[in-house]
Amino acid sequence: MNQSVITIAMPKGRIFGDACRLLRNAGFQLPDTFETTRKLILDLESEPFRFILAKPVDVPTYVEYGAADLGISGKDVLLESGRDVYEMVDLGISKCHMAVAGLPAHQNHNPFLKIATKYPNIASDFYRRRGEQVDLIALNGSIELAPIVGLADAIVDIVSTGQTLKENGLVEYNRLLDISSRLIVNPVSYRLKKTLIDQIVEKMIRATEGTKIGMD
Amino acid sequence: MSQPYMFEKPLGLRDTLPRAQQEISRLELIFQRELQRWGYDFIKTPALEYAETIGRASAIADNRLFKFLDAEGHPVVLRPDMTTPIARIAASSLRDAPLPLRLAYTADLYRSQRKEGGHPSEFEQTGAELIGDATPYADVEVISLMMSLLEKSGLASVRLAVGHVGFVNAFFYDLVKDKEIVKRLRNLLYNKNDVGFHEYVASLNLPDNASKRLNTFVDSRRMNNEETLAYIETLVSGSATPVHSYYRNILELIHLLKLDHLESRIDLDITLVPHLSYYTGFVFQGFGGNLGFPVASGGRYDDLLAKFNRPCPATGFGIRLDRLMSAIKIPEDKRAKRKSAVIYNRENAGTAMRFAAEEREKGRAVVLQHADGIDNPDQFEQQFETVNYFLDRTETGE
Repeated sequence: MNQSVITIAMPKGRIFGDACRLLRNAGFQLPDTFETTRKLILDLESEPFRFILAKPVDVPTYVEYGAADLGISGKDVLLESGRDVYEMVDLGISKCHMAVAGLPAHQNHNPFLKIATKYPNIASDFYRRRGEQVDLIALNGSIELAPIVGLADAIVDIVSTGQTLKENGLVEYNRLLDISSRLIVNPVSYRLKKTLIDQIVEKMIRATEGTKIGMD
Repeated sequence: MSQPYMFEKPLGLRDTLPRAQQEISRLELIFQRELQRWGYDFIKTPALEYAETIGRASAIADNRLFKFLDAEGHPVVLRPDMTTPIARIAASSLRDAPLPLRLAYTADLYRSQRKEGGHPSEFEQTGAELIGDATPYADVEVISLMMSLLEKSGLASVRLAVGHVGFVNAFFYDLVKDKEIVKRLRNLLYNKNDVGFHEYVASLNLPDNASKRLNTFVDSRRMNNEETLAYIETLVSGSATPVHSYYRNILELIHLLKLDHLESRIDLDITLVPHLSYYTGFVFQGFGGNLGFPVASGGRYDDLLAKFNRPCPATGFGIRLDRLMSAIKIPEDKRAKRKSAVIYNRENAGTAMRFAAEEREKGRAVVLQHADGIDNPDQFEQQFETVNYFLDRTETGE
């Protein structure tokens, strides 16, 4: 953990574009090549900020261990990983929701419901709260396949527009929770670099309010 | 699990090799001296305790305990913390000792078992407990003591976050008048989930004023100490309420920390809520160096001794040596070989032994090694700062 540089873990992929836009709105001087570069580490010239580009599910890990001071991470990933980090700001970007979905007229004949998901912890927590015991099947992508080919009775996954569900003939059974991206902070970094981090947090809150007003 | 390989150890357990152990011993010694200078007496407790007593009182989640049956069929646990065993001693063997009691320890603690690196199942902790003093002066003492130990350990940029869970509980209760809601709010603070806190507050449908006060409360983490104190003052109403007396204690603590020149390294954060549920008053965590995790933590636990039938206020802290070791940068020259060697043959055995004995008297580390026992002299000699040869073929003296 370098004392004078702030390291920010960025999620590559779906959220990345939204996150970059928000950072620029917050006043970060990101280079034009930021979105296209294949480098994994980028240092800003004008300010003491270093960005690391990680796989979204890994962002909370980098932040919990202090390899990054801050990070931008989806609430789905945060809930699933249960990492010990400050979840300081709802950035209001990359909104979607977590849902249970399956075939429209599916009849369950198993004693246990079989649920396929990328989020076994979230799914298990949801069904336990409902007082239901289910069999979980962990998958890594294209979850929509599972009910179609009979691997599972239903899936627990994130839904943004619902287009993927629709095209694959699935319907949403339950809506679990709303998801958006969050600004997360390592608890020790927060103590050791409080002034710098508080400034960033304030900037991000202001930028977030901007996007919220713009969107509404 | 398949058959373990010869080199494997159970999940989360580690070996400590000489170089690391040397550093740990150095830290232990520094801590032991300093704690004794502050008048703390060292004690030791068994590694195994009954699950029904220590296991239950320790506030470590059940699934994090190493639990099994002893030869008589009683459920036992490997001690998951030291505060609870010390509370047991204070309430039993040391029941009649004059208060306040000042006790210290260095012990291995056990919390099972996480698959991930950086979370060992067995780790060493040095700590101190000050039992029988309810005043904020006791809290200041343990905080300054902990800071002093961390400084003396060589940890860079030591910082401390201080909160007060008693204040948090009382303040929340005044606003929402419901113990379950207080618990959930406190849990959200413990999980560091500010966003969830705001969402939960919004879902409670409280009067606007109450919601606003709860939301500002979380945001107060971003204030500096002066602002925080001024802010807390606005939360205090009435003069005989718990919130008010906690506020007086916080003021007094900050005043005393200023006297102790510690205030600049302390971050008063009223939203700090640590995991151990037995804390009742001031709580604090120590940070520093290059590590993403706190190296030390502590707080006041005025209700714990009552579980052992001796109600008594107490406060204390623990420093995790495993984390401290990864947070401290040990300079290369400090680590360097500090031993010397005496290599001798049969003819010079007497002289060599005397020489080694004299050197050891002076406090130097000397390896006395017969030349015939060395397989590879170059490799062997490389380990030492100096090598003295007693290899003349003629007998000396004797």
